[in-house]
Amino acid sequence: MPALAALPVIALALFYAWPLVTLFARVVGPASVADTLRAPGLPRVLWFTLWQALVSTALTLVLGFAPAYVLARYHFPGRRAVLAIATVPFMLPTVVVGAAFLALLPRSWHGTAGAVIVAHVFFNIAVMVRLVGAMWAVLPTDLTAAARTLGASPTKVLRHVVLPVLRPALWAAASVVFLFTFTSFGVVKLLGGAAHPTLEVEIARRATQLGDIDGAAVLSVLQLLVLAVVIWWSARWQRRARVALHGDAATRRPRSAAQRRGVTAVVAVTAVAMLAPVVVLVTRSFRLGGVWSLAAWRTLGDDEVRPGVSLGIDPLGSLATSLRYAVAATAISVVLGGAAALAIGAARRHGRLLDVGLMLPLGTSAVTIGLGMLITFDRPPFDWRASWWLVPLGHALVATPFVVRSLVPVLRSFPADQRAAAITLGASPLRAWWEVEVRRLARPLAAGAGFAAAISLGEFGATTFLTRAGTESMPIAIDRLLGRAGEVPRAQGFAMATVLMVVTAVIIMATEAVHARRS
Amino acid sequence: MLDVRDVTVTFGERTVLHEASLHVDTGEVVALLGPSGVGKSTFLRVIAGLLVPDQGQVWLDGTDISAVAPHRRHIGLMFQDEQLFPHLDVAANIGFGLRMQRRSDPARVDELLALVGLQGFGGRRVTNLSGGEAKRVALARALAPSPAVLLLDEPLTGLDRELHDRLVADLAEVLRATRTTTVLVTHDHDEAAAIAGRVVTWQADPS
Repeated sequence: MPALAALPVIALALFYAWPLVTLFARVVGPASVADTLRAPGLPRVLWFTLWQALVSTALTLVLGFAPAYVLARYHFPGRRAVLAIATVPFMLPTVVVGAAFLALLPRSWHGTAGAVIVAHVFFNIAVMVRLVGAMWAVLPTDLTAAARTLGASPTKVLRHVVLPVLRPALWAAASVVFLFTFTSFGVVKLLGGAAHPTLEVEIARRATQLGDIDGAAVLSVLQLLVLAVVIWWSARWQRRARVALHGDAATRRPRSAAQRRGVTAVVAVTAVAMLAPVVVLVTRSFRLGGVWSLAAWRTLGDDEVRPGVSLGIDPLGSLATSLRYAVAATAISVVLGGAAALAIGAARRHGRLLDVGLMLPLGTSAVTIGLGMLITFDRPPFDWRASWWLVPLGHALVATPFVVRSLVPVLRSFPADQRAAAITLGASPLRAWWEVEVRRLARPLAAGAGFAAAISLGEFGATTFLTRAGTESMPIAIDRLLGRAGEVPRAQGFAMATVLMVVTAVIIMATEAVHARRS
Repeated sequence: MLDVRDVTVTFGERTVLHEASLHVDTGEVVALLGPSGVGKSTFLRVIAGLLVPDQGQVWLDGTDISAVAPHRRHIGLMFQDEQLFPHLDVAANIGFGLRMQRRSDPARVDELLALVGLQGFGGRRVTNLSGGEAKRVALARALAPSPAVLLLDEPLTGLDRELHDRLVADLAEVLRATRTTTVLVTHDHDEAAAIAGRVVTWQADPS
């Protein structure tokens, strides 16, 4: 199926590889590297980027441990709801999470490292619940029972059996959280303020505010190298620490009173902590001057903040823009991802290469992708910056791997003889292909499309570079509104964040429902 | 001397064990024989302390240990599916119980490897063992801390006939040599007769 592979390969080369090459080419210029690396503020930026990522990761591992355990091992009423509450935030747009913590945290916390870290932990609890929880769910009950009969106290069981066996999952979670927080953009931009830029925020500031494209390119390449090392190192570790488990590990109801108390406490604390930012965000959109008010919501369609003072941005218009982008990005990723998945399914060895290639944009920071596209597509004959499709195409680059991931396992699981069976039952070859393969792909394709739409709606980093006046997406509008002085734009920002959050959460939950029902 | 008195276990509506009792003298090997579903494994879990019964007590050498935590009972349990620790090698699996009592003893581990016929296997990964080898490691691991009572839960199920028969002979030999007080749960008559000095048969509850 080489013809099918051509489309995603061309797209990847043109819109991912080429911008990266352009970025590297900018860096090769002699003066810029030394100048940029010797800039006085840089060590502080690097240091803050590193330590906030390390602290966020460590806190996520510690605080996510109990919810991961309880949700993986126990049955209790409302378990699915708590699971959703703990995991949906990971898919929420970063600006929504940033806005939620602006709403929740007291003024004195705004612009502090603490605010950034708290929001990062909130975001990434889902990683613990998903990755570590998944392994915990298959940890055989009898493995810990065996340790107990050999004289291990509960704490010793944890130290000598549970933690070592979970180590691959803990490593995987730690690397995902580290990569995510190291390249964090939206959260840091909204909560960290000018005093706490990460590398990612600094790249954007140089490129979009100072016009220092060379400097931004140098920092992007520096960041790419750091990420490559971390990814390579963690992949090596995870391969080495892999273990096989067998035996019964069914979840059960808490039996003793102590277990019931523990489960209740963990569930209650988790639910309250995960819901508080969201609830306060919604509440704050209805508060103006210390009283309840619908004013922020009523004026959303109006770009005048106060009579005569225009923001130059129309909140409701940005909703329409975002939805248009999402539709386009979803269509592009479904076409690219669908073609890629079919090609990967057909060609085993080269398919693997395409699979990995399509994953690369995920390991590249959004700001790097945006910057690369910005400096590549700004001169003829590739002057596409004014084209409306460049933004959704950037989104699709990040979203396509999700479509591929949800399709490939289903494609690979097709029993070879099913189509033959359908033909012997009287189906024409075309009909057999339709009945056996295409119909089974509908569900995973819908799931992949859902993920793509959610990603496009929330994408902020790349969009920052590609956005143009008049066609701002919702995350851009929210960032601008919240950056304004004054209560009304702030409340409007919270209102817009609420809208974006609800739209995204509905899409995610619908997608997961479709995904989960796939047999 | 192990004395289990009137143990009753219910899971929700279902009564798995109803006033089950068993007496085992020190050094005696008793087989508990019966079809699946009569609560034999549950009974072992109660003795090991892994499951708290609704009623009944477990006495060991004249002491009621019903409230003692499983890791303080000195009662070993060999699981049907071994449950070897996948992150540890063979020697570390066997030495686990000794390490939990802060008395690491490489010589004792070697002694047990020899006892179950696995000399030189100490450094092997447990994930690469054959079915029979894994059973031997599980037995050695359970015996290493010299438990007051050893519980064997269908220890030789799932092996092919020839390997099964060889392991039955070896297991009987090991238990005789170590004079371990043992309760063997099985559904296999010949296995029970070959290993145990006394066979207790449980019938399926007609109710």
